[in-house]
Formats: sequence, structure tokens, C-alpha cells
Amino acid sequence: MSSYESFRSSLKAGDWLTLLLGCSCVILLTLKLWNGELADRAIIRSGGKIFKEVPLSRDLQIEVPGPLGTSIITIEKRKARITSDPSPRQYCVRQGWLQQAGEIAICLPNEVSVELTGSAKKYDSLNY
Amino acid sequence: MTASTIKLATTTEDHHIAKMAAVALGLTVLESAIPSPLPGVKPGLANIITLIVLARYGWRAAAWVSLLRVVAGSLLFGNFLAPGFFLSLSGALCSLAMLAVSMHLPQRWFGALTHSILAAFAHIAGQMMVVYLWLIPHSGIAYLIPIFATAALVFGTVNGLIAARFMDNVAKPDTERQA
Repeated sequence: MSSYESFRSSLKAGDWLTLLLGCSCVILLTLKLWNGELADRAIIRSGGKIFKEVPLSRDLQIEVPGPLGTSIITIEKRKARITSDPSPRQYCVRQGWLQQAGEIAICLPNEVSVELTGSAKKYDSLNY
Repeated sequence: MTASTIKLATTTEDHHIAKMAAVALGLTVLESAIPSPLPGVKPGLANIITLIVLARYGWRAAAWVSLLRVVAGSLLFGNFLAPGFFLSLSGALCSLAMLAVSMHLPQRWFGALTHSILAAFAHIAGQMMVVYLWLIPHSGIAYLIPIFATAALVFGTVNGLIAARFMDNVAKPDTERQA
């Protein structure tokens, strides 16, 4: 008796069912939790205050003034990025395109940030 | 002067429970030597013992073995009443609650593997609950759930197979045993 067969003989029909249900549970959880919600709005902040809130559906360029100069934010194909910024290290520019809800690019020296949000702000029902 | 001794009246069942808990404890210590990629992801080999005790001596004995293992294990590792202890405890309590339900499934169709997988999921659900409500109240931990769920499924299956196989071998000693 091979060891595979002997393992199989220890199992009952319901065990296979449980195994199958367990697998589908894990797959569903993974798909649900790792498939980040696509964003549909961008919140642009300057100096800590909301400068503008724009939908991602229209392509446009926005110039945001900050203490160092003007940052340019581009919205294109439901994605957003900071195209140019006067900050010395250019971290926010190099971050590239933002696409998923919750993603954020921050230019600290120029006090400008872009944050993407989904259609519904996610409240956590346990704490809220 | 003779040393005073306290003698507790113990039953055979107590002895069984103590022995099984000791084996479970041994497995816990053994598996702590296995490096883990993520804190909290570990095989939980001691649960094989819980499953066997559940099948042989019933739920009450299984609960004793499981909880003794958690408390004694935390004393061994020195994390009694530390967060790690409460994580183990919540996991064990949830597993036991799940086992209390799943043991009533018809035995004709559902064996140790079913109990093991269900208990593993309950275990991780209980732990995530404690982590979320107490340790890290941030919805970001939801990203870790698929990893923990996968680990629960894999280790639950492995432990269940081992337990089922073990009980088969012991229940049928006449048949040819697999080397």
C-alpha cells in the first residue's frame, strides 16, 4: 500500500468536502482582501488643507501652489501622479502613478499631497 | 522533621490528560525550533494531540490538554500573561469552541481532517480578532489574513492527516502497518 493510498483511506467523504471548502475560502479571502479597491477620486492637499477634490474620470493637469513653488499634478486614465515639483529630492515625483484607493504621494518640502480614495470611505465597523 | 507532602487524589483520566498534555508540550517546544517566516505562522503540531484526545476521551479532556499546553507552554517560554500568551489562549479557546460544534458532525462522513481544518481556521480567526481588537487596531492587518488563512489551511490539513493516520494505525493494529 503506497503511502498516498493509506493517507487517502484515512479520509472520509466529508473530509474532502471540508478541504474543498477550506481552499475556496482561502481563495475568496485572498481575492477579496488583496484586490485593492480602484480609486475614483483624488484629494489634493496644500499646506495641510484640502486644495481641491477631483474625480479621476476626467484627464486634467492641476497646478498647486506651495511654499517652494508650483507642483503639477496630472490625472490620466483614472490614475494620478505628481508630474513636477520643486522639492529637492523629488520623492513624490519618482513615486509615479497612483491607482488604488488609499495610495498617497506627499511632497513634504512643498507641502503638497495627492491621496486617492474609493467611492465609499471605508469605515471599520468594529471601531466606528 | 519529615517533609510534609500534599497528596492530591487523581483519577486515571487525570493521568491520561497529564500524559497527553506533556506530549503536546514536547511538540510545542520542538516546533519552536522551526524558523517561521512570519510571527504567528507555525505548524501547531500539538494540535495533533488535541485531535487524538478529542476522538478518544471526548471534548472535556481535549480542552484540558489544550489549555494545559497553552499555560504550561507559556511558562516554559516565559511569556505567561504576555501578548503571545493571550494570542495562544484566544486561538485555543476558539479552536475548542469550533471542535465542540464540529464533533457533532456525523462521524461516518467527517473525520479528524475536518476537525483539524475547522479548528485551524477558528484558531486564526480568534487570534486575528485579539490582534485587531487589542494589539493592532488598524484595518491594515486585513492584508495579512490571506497569508494566515493559507497557513491555517495547510497546517490544518497536515495535522489532520497525521492525526487521522495515527488513529487508523492504532485502531487497526492487526492490519499491515505502514513503515
